[in-house]
Amino acid sequence: MIEQIRAARDAALASLASAASSDDVRTVELEVLGRKGTLTDLKAGLGRLPTVEAKKAAGQALNDATAEVSAALAARLGEFRRAEREVQLHAERLDLTEVLRAPRRGHAHVVTQAWQRLEDVFVGLGFQVAEGPEVETDWYNFEALNMPAAHPARSMHDTFYVDHGPPGSTVLRTHTSPVQIRVMQTMPPPIYMVMPGRVFRNETADATHLAVFHQIEGLVIDRGITLADLAGTIEAFTKAFFGPGFGSRLRPSYFPFTEPSAEFDIQTPSGSWMELGGCGMVHPNVLRAGGIDPEEYSGFAFGFGIDRMAKERHAINDVREMYANDIRFVEQF
Amino acid sequence: MRIVHSWLADLVAVGDDVAAVAEVITNLGLAVEEVFTVGATVSGVITAKVLRTERHPDAAKVHRVHVDAGDGVERHVWCGAFNMQAGDVVPLATPGTVMPDGRAIEPKPILGISSDGMLCSARELGLGDDHAGILILPADSPLGVPYGAALGLAEETVYDVDVLRNRPDCFGHLGFARDLAAKLGLPLKAAPPTPAPTGPQRTATVELLAGDRCPRFTSVVLSGVQVGPSPEFIARRLTAAGMRPINNVVDVSNYVMLDTNQPNHPYDFDTLGGGGFRVRLARDGEKMTTLDDVERTLTADDLLICDATDRPIGIAGIMGGQNTEISAGTTVVALETAWFEPAGILRSVSRMGLRTEASARFDRGADPHGIDRSTAQFVELLRLTCPDLVVHAGAVDARDEPHLPVPPVLRVRSKRVSQLLGSPFTVGQIRGYIEPLGFACAPVGNGATSAAGEDLDVVPPSWRPDCVQEIDIVEEVARMHGYGALGKTVPKSTLPGGLSGVQQRRRRLREVLLGLGISEAMPHPFLTQGELERAGLPGEALRLVNPLVVGDDLLRTSLRPGLLKTIAYNESHRRPGVRLFEVGHVYPPSDEVLPAEYEALGVVLAGCDATEAVTMWRELAAAMGWGARLDQGTVPAGLHPARSATLSLGKEAIGAVGEVHPDVAEAFAVGERVAVLELNLSVLLANEPKAAVWKPTSRFPSSDLDLAFVLAESVAAEKLDKAIRQAAGSLLVDLALFDVYRGQGLPEATRSLAYRLRLQSLERTLTDEDVAQVRHKVETATKKLGATLRG
Repeated sequence: MIEQIRAARDAALASLASAASSDDVRTVELEVLGRKGTLTDLKAGLGRLPTVEAKKAAGQALNDATAEVSAALAARLGEFRRAEREVQLHAERLDLTEVLRAPRRGHAHVVTQAWQRLEDVFVGLGFQVAEGPEVETDWYNFEALNMPAAHPARSMHDTFYVDHGPPGSTVLRTHTSPVQIRVMQTMPPPIYMVMPGRVFRNETADATHLAVFHQIEGLVIDRGITLADLAGTIEAFTKAFFGPGFGSRLRPSYFPFTEPSAEFDIQTPSGSWMELGGCGMVHPNVLRAGGIDPEEYSGFAFGFGIDRMAKERHAINDVREMYANDIRFVEQF
Repeated sequence: MRIVHSWLADLVAVGDDVAAVAEVITNLGLAVEEVFTVGATVSGVITAKVLRTERHPDAAKVHRVHVDAGDGVERHVWCGAFNMQAGDVVPLATPGTVMPDGRAIEPKPILGISSDGMLCSARELGLGDDHAGILILPADSPLGVPYGAALGLAEETVYDVDVLRNRPDCFGHLGFARDLAAKLGLPLKAAPPTPAPTGPQRTATVELLAGDRCPRFTSVVLSGVQVGPSPEFIARRLTAAGMRPINNVVDVSNYVMLDTNQPNHPYDFDTLGGGGFRVRLARDGEKMTTLDDVERTLTADDLLICDATDRPIGIAGIMGGQNTEISAGTTVVALETAWFEPAGILRSVSRMGLRTEASARFDRGADPHGIDRSTAQFVELLRLTCPDLVVHAGAVDARDEPHLPVPPVLRVRSKRVSQLLGSPFTVGQIRGYIEPLGFACAPVGNGATSAAGEDLDVVPPSWRPDCVQEIDIVEEVARMHGYGALGKTVPKSTLPGGLSGVQQRRRRLREVLLGLGISEAMPHPFLTQGELERAGLPGEALRLVNPLVVGDDLLRTSLRPGLLKTIAYNESHRRPGVRLFEVGHVYPPSDEVLPAEYEALGVVLAGCDATEAVTMWRELAAAMGWGARLDQGTVPAGLHPARSATLSLGKEAIGAVGEVHPDVAEAFAVGERVAVLELNLSVLLANEPKAAVWKPTSRFPSSDLDLAFVLAESVAAEKLDKAIRQAAGSLLVDLALFDVYRGQGLPEATRSLAYRLRLQSLERTLTDEDVAQVRHKVETATKKLGATLRG
């Protein structure tokens, strides 16, 4: 019996050694350990052995043989699986530079990108964001901003008038400043607000000017706000938006709705100055128009163009390009 | 405003460091935009006389010019201009000269014949824009000398300054000189003494009939005038300031204006009817021809200067007439120097569209008391060319005192100044800053909030009509102190910064759109009537009163036309299939104070059909937590009638989804189908949607049930969908339409809709019995819609 066991074992090991594929291995497994396999048959014959000792000895031999064959089986199977996976992997090779079509993501408008970056910087500086209508009354656009009818400074604005209501009563807002008044009327100080939006000037477009463009305006009203606070806020914004190497300065200027008024310039790390926008302390007449007592509160306002930020950032040489909506332009950003 | 350095330096000794002066001026609030020099000559360019010219048979565009540069040597130059003839003196750039544009002159031969230099045009020498021909110099110029000497040129440095509305006094050099003198602590050149009469009584009478519009009008008669050229420095400075020299009388008039900011008007006294002036309002429809040879029709709001016989001789403060102009033969001058009420001048200017150097000064506000300095200077300067000038006794200073502006008394609180500027300022410092500017100060205190001497009563000078409130004085203090010296502090907000809910949701919407592969466009917000009509949209839209381009005058009521134009543009550039969205305002008319403006979203998908738009809507709705009813029975204007629907919230239409009408696409030259989705964001973004509530996911296996229904075309799939959901009940965890079939094997006007129902229980594994029950319920329920189960 023990000889038969050993013979079956040796035959199985020999078959495994000469197996050429994982299928051959599985065939051997069936022939030896399957329901009618050689070792399985021998196991069934154990009961017919005469003595307990003989049974014991043969059982032991059978277990050893089975273990030996199983181990060889697993080893050979592993070998073949690795080899076959190897072949499969090789066959599946892809040239990853051979891509037919990429999925297309959408592209936000360059002005929206600049708009959102500005909002984010001001939010970080503690500002909230307000918006207002683009079609405005003369009162909000001019009168409340210290430009009563026939005020000479109105000629600084090339205004589009809208045929709505009494003649001259409705305009396309020439700046985002009317939102200042709307904010003052609806929320009590303290006010720390920026107001981005679309504005309109009745002037022929060229490489640096548009009739329809975008501005962002800031308004701070609180107790004890000073001109130095304005300069410091501009400086904080400059560093946050352009980078720590940038600086800023205020130069006296004139706007009807602020006094003292200033232009603000930013200085690049290389030392050159760039004119950015206008600002100043909110004129007492404007505070009054917004329902705020100028003796109790003071404030400052500032504003500048959003489109210009996009133009400078991306080195676009003509602002009109940004509004041609040419997909070849849109997809660049 | 052009400020000439040498002129300014005459009034206040600012020194020669032009860059430093420019910086001081800028920091005073008078932005110097450019500093440039005029009258600089090009060295190496000398005078030469044309001896003769000749054509060369092989050269059509140039000819040969032989010149004498004073050394007796005949030089030959090729020249492309033909405007000179023998005897003319012209500028010759000799070889080696470097022209202002950087070009070096070389003896460059043409047709083998060399050229001893180049003859120059005015533009080539930086003397203006004239490039029509070679500059012809005065015939009596010496030869071989620098052309600058022949032209009397000397270099002047000019500051080009952007003078803003608040500083009317700075439309003259004197205004700058005053600011600089105060800032730098330098003395200002004194006004010339009032000229004493040097001749007998001779009066140009003045009759003021509109004192509210002209409260001060002075006249003085000057005889012994000899009209001729101006002194060289006057002509040079006027040229540098951008004015053309004409003759000594006119030039002095202009010079005095550019110096003192006070316009004045010299008349030929002998042509002045009745020997005097009458200042009155025009009559409606009254006509007068101004100096520019235009007949102007006036209104009763225009102010006229007439002679004593009531003949109009000028529109007050704006422009004179031709009949009393200074001519070569003028010997007696009547000089008018007056002050006109600014708003009235501005009204006339706007009405007539006639803006002049004089009107620009009067409508901003001249100095009612600057007249005397101006008149004195006029006499002093005219004497330079008219040594026999006689100032006649009998000068008139006609005033309507009640109408002359009186500077206000402004209470300026030092505490207020300090509080607004963020640095402490004493009364002494404030006075130190503003008194040199001409502000009169008297210390006071109100006893309640300020001690005696803590406040000031400030009277602005007559040339600063912009100063009418305390805050104007605060600005003067800041300006003189220097903005940069006030420091930089950051106010501490007690509020949290952040975007509003609407703004946050709008950003989310944009992100979803971008993620869906749709790019953002920003078309022009104005439309033409034709565009509105071609888009099939209703014709009511607001109109611009004064459009930039005729016809481009409607405020859009829909984003669609702009987006369709964008598709057409991209198609024409071989980019079909664009997927674009716009978030922007539209402005439908209304009866309210303002139009019914709202924020809209427009999405256009070129080359896609309506189902793609519905898919986008579902995706956006799911991402944004929106819901709306899709009503295919109501087709929005301009959309495909069988492929579009209105999106409604309750009774309110909040959008449209579908496909652009093929007629509209054609009218916009769009060649593709265009799927479209439009939403009213003012409504949809207004409220924060409810946060999604967690539904537990089951750990038991699910069973799928595929059912194909045959349904009449007249019944919307949505109804079947709803019926299945209701019938399947809580076991249904997902329902998907996965196949639609039309054609063979189906009854007429029906289609097959195949749905996969995924069934699952939270409590147990489903049995075949459970699934059969659902199938039965669904079958029964859908039968009511006329649907039958296939297969």
